[in-house]
Amino acid sequence: MTDLLVSTLLQGLIYAMVTYGVYITYSILDFPDLGVDGTFPLGAAVTAVLLTRGVNPFLTLPVSMAAGALAGLLTGFIHVHLKVRNLLAGIITMTALFSINLQLAGSSLAIGREIDTIFTAPATMALFGGLTLTGRKLAVTLVLAILAKLLLDLFFRTRAGLLLRAAGDNPTLVASLGKDVGNVKLGGLMLSNALVALGGSLACQELRSFYATMGTGQLVYGLAAVIIGISLLRFYTGLFHTCRTSSPLVRFFSSPAGTTAVLVGSILYKLCIQVVLSMGLRADLLNLATAGLFLLVLVLSGRKGEAIIHA
Amino acid sequence: MLELRHITKIYNPGTTTEHCLFKDFSLTVPDGQFVSIVGGNGSGKTSLLNLICGSIAADSGEICMDNQPITALREHQRCAVIGRVYQDSSAGTAPHLSVLENLSLADCKGQRFGLRRGIRKERIDDYRRELRSLDLGLEDKLDVPIGALSGGQRQAISLLMATMTPLRFLILDEHTAALDPKTADIMMALTDKVVREKKLTAMMVTHNLRYAVEYGDRLLMLDQGQVVLDRIGGEKTATTAESILSHFQTLSR
Repeated sequence: MTDLLVSTLLQGLIYAMVTYGVYITYSILDFPDLGVDGTFPLGAAVTAVLLTRGVNPFLTLPVSMAAGALAGLLTGFIHVHLKVRNLLAGIITMTALFSINLQLAGSSLAIGREIDTIFTAPATMALFGGLTLTGRKLAVTLVLAILAKLLLDLFFRTRAGLLLRAAGDNPTLVASLGKDVGNVKLGGLMLSNALVALGGSLACQELRSFYATMGTGQLVYGLAAVIIGISLLRFYTGLFHTCRTSSPLVRFFSSPAGTTAVLVGSILYKLCIQVVLSMGLRADLLNLATAGLFLLVLVLSGRKGEAIIHA
Repeated sequence: MLELRHITKIYNPGTTTEHCLFKDFSLTVPDGQFVSIVGGNGSGKTSLLNLICGSIAADSGEICMDNQPITALREHQRCAVIGRVYQDSSAGTAPHLSVLENLSLADCKGQRFGLRRGIRKERIDDYRRELRSLDLGLEDKLDVPIGALSGGQRQAISLLMATMTPLRFLILDEHTAALDPKTADIMMALTDKVVREKKLTAMMVTHNLRYAVEYGDRLLMLDQGQVVLDRIGGEKTATTAESILSHFQTLSR
């Protein structure tokens, strides 16, 4: 039981990166980016290739992110400059990346036990050497998920962050501020896909393998996690609505950031999937269950897929 | 100075719904002039503003600002010196951002939107003072998302945001049309004050003939893409809303 919970938490933390990315595109930019299903395995493929060539595992993280940002740039370029609808731009990138991932790493690539990942690298052993492998995985992913959350929170408060949030909220305003909304979208897509690829890199190192189909359903996963998170956030802040207090502590806890909400959403959605699996679902029916759960989340949250802009 | 030279604009060219709105249209607006524009639906008022701002492109002709052609510039580039307020009060603000965040964004116009802190804490007192001068009870609502405010409050903030940084031209597209009469009056008084204080060149499209007559130095009436009435200075002062209305009714329908 504890094992199950730990592995659920671990999965939730790794896939939180995907959720952050989807949060930026879908929730903030109002851009359903299907490219995610290609960017996630791209991050994994890049990581698998680099690790098998003996590159420092920590270096694979920024390289994966850069590859993801490039994929985001491609989607953005197709949408902004070639004026292709956002959904189709993402589909084109996703399809193209499938081949690129095959070229990079083949249909699957295993990372041998003798190769260090970020969970077994000397730096990690120095910090968390007292823990078991699972404990180290949990510690490293927890640090990364929280670090990413904090950095994103900081970013959303910068001028560029405000402009990004305004771009999804009201593109006309961005133009009146003298800024090209297309460039803002490009930036948002690059950041989002960098995070998704980082998730792919972490998943690859945790699994010690890359396989070409590991991207299937990632967007749906991210969307479900974001919608669960935001719905819970609305419910949660609603609880505090009636109590009018100026206590800074209460105010702090009564208005959590959207990133916190989607992090919780990511873990909860993994928990849902884990519960379904533990009820005896065959692993090859997993995507069917994921889709069904997503539908359930959409219907239950009362948001049948309309924009859920919330920053 | 704002100049439109020999502008042609055809909607849906090459189709059965082809419609030539402007044909060889020219207009010069000198510095500091406040122009009110009236006209029926489809007369070309809003298209004229859209052409100037670059929201739509002219088929031929040239648009110049201070003798510099801006025809090739894109909308966001022209917006560097243009402030614009729309009829739709949600068009000028980002509804999910707070009042403070919206004002901070507007305050950064013309600067780099880099990784510096978005909220300009040192300016909060200024913002509060400006909001208080609107007299709409907004000074205590800095942390409220703009979408939660009334249309009149949002429109007043839109005007504040549009004119916050140095600008040359103010474009007002029926900006009081969606407001109740009292709020609309407040909004017009505010608009006039801003235009005079900042010595702006302003173009205001309105369906309210009283505003068109009471405010501004020049009155234009458009019909089918042509200026059918152009009154400036004393001639404009002598014009009454009734005379405009009767003129309006003689227009070809």
